[in-house]
Amino acid sequence: MQQILFFLSKNSTKLLFLVLLAVSLTLTIQTHSYHRSKAFTSANAVSGSIYEKTHAVEEYLNLKYQNDILAEENAKLKQILYNSQIILDSSFHVRPDLRIVDDYKTYSTKIINNSYLKKENYLTLRGGSLQGFKKDMGVINAKGVVGIVENVSKNYATVQSILNTKTKIGAKVRNTDHFGTIIWDGKNAGYVQLIDVPKLAQLHKGDSIVTGGISTIFPENIPIGIVDKVYTSKASNFYTISVRLFNDMTNINHVYILENVHLEEIQQLEEETIHE
Amino acid sequence: MNNTVFINSARFILFAFLQIVLFNHIHLFGYATPLPYILFIILYPLHSNKKIMLIFSFLLGWILDIFHNSGGVHATACLFLAYFRNSFLKISYGVSYEYHIIKITEKISKELITYIILSVVFHHTIFYILEIFNFDFILEILLKTVTSTLITTIFCFILIAFLKPNRS
Repeated sequence: MQQILFFLSKNSTKLLFLVLLAVSLTLTIQTHSYHRSKAFTSANAVSGSIYEKTHAVEEYLNLKYQNDILAEENAKLKQILYNSQIILDSSFHVRPDLRIVDDYKTYSTKIINNSYLKKENYLTLRGGSLQGFKKDMGVINAKGVVGIVENVSKNYATVQSILNTKTKIGAKVRNTDHFGTIIWDGKNAGYVQLIDVPKLAQLHKGDSIVTGGISTIFPENIPIGIVDKVYTSKASNFYTISVRLFNDMTNINHVYILENVHLEEIQQLEEETIHE
Repeated sequence: MNNTVFINSARFILFAFLQIVLFNHIHLFGYATPLPYILFIILYPLHSNKKIMLIFSFLLGWILDIFHNSGGVHATACLFLAYFRNSFLKISYGVSYEYHIIKITEKISKELITYIILSVVFHHTIFYILEIFNFDFILEILLKTVTSTLITTIFCFILIAFLKPNRS
């Protein structure tokens, strides 16, 4: 017993090093593994408010650019609305006789910390559980898909970016039913890869890639990017397609969070089906 | 003694703050991000309790990990640097550092440059291997380590020059 105590006290620094190393390596390996919910992220009150204050300063530097994007988007949306027969007047009252049911609710918010140089990129945004944000909600902006909500605290949330080697998003070629999966190879922040599209599909450079609408996260036809290069290999029956993103992921400010209104119902149904 | 504690707590907060608010937003050539917060470990008093140093190095790294959403990458690299710091001191200053308490920031000497570059290379190598965590990207790991080492070293000397007490 005495010897053990002597050994411990003699090597206490080394032991402390090993214990701390075990903790930090565990945390590191956990971040790199696929299926996990992170315990410690920047979605907490302290880092969130610091990022928010830094962002308030940073925001002024490209206010004009962000304003232009929003104004352009507004113009497009108004054009659609005024030319459709959905609204009654210019204050956007929907015609009651149409009985339109919303599948998705949208919330507007801002990205307060961006990251795009790593292999596993996460964004931090303002707004959390108090605003009704939950894990696995879709995040988009005027130009297309941004990512998926990963962790939520009271007032902040982290988003797993589309530029994250762990992200997988169902996608398809616009106006066809050829579905595939969007992944990121970690190399270039302007390009993602579309895999699992069968070679039967007719593809052309410049075709638009949009979300597939199979998951409960994104509705159908949200833009992602355009086909840049198509790779084929004899060993497989599927294309690997390099897709140029519509979004400049290095410069993102205003985003929308999408909430699937029927999510609970769908999940409940799926659970019941599995249990039977 | 109290003065040392105060100076080190101030450095801990200052370096963490500067790293989060300023240096994390600098991306040179799309690769290099300066990480001069490790000056806290490099400049930690020479003859002090090593266990406390290990714990604070770990905490500093972990705080940055939380802000970075990177799990324990900073924490691991900082911990290694803190544990092996004495070896780097020995390599650059010779055995004499153990007998004489050297004020390492006294003047920018050849020894100081060697010591800082060694520490930065060591920290950055571990950091980028763990951050990228995929040996398919070995070239990128090397590129990021080299470019970031350069830029971190430069910022380290700038910070040392700023922190040096005025002798006038």
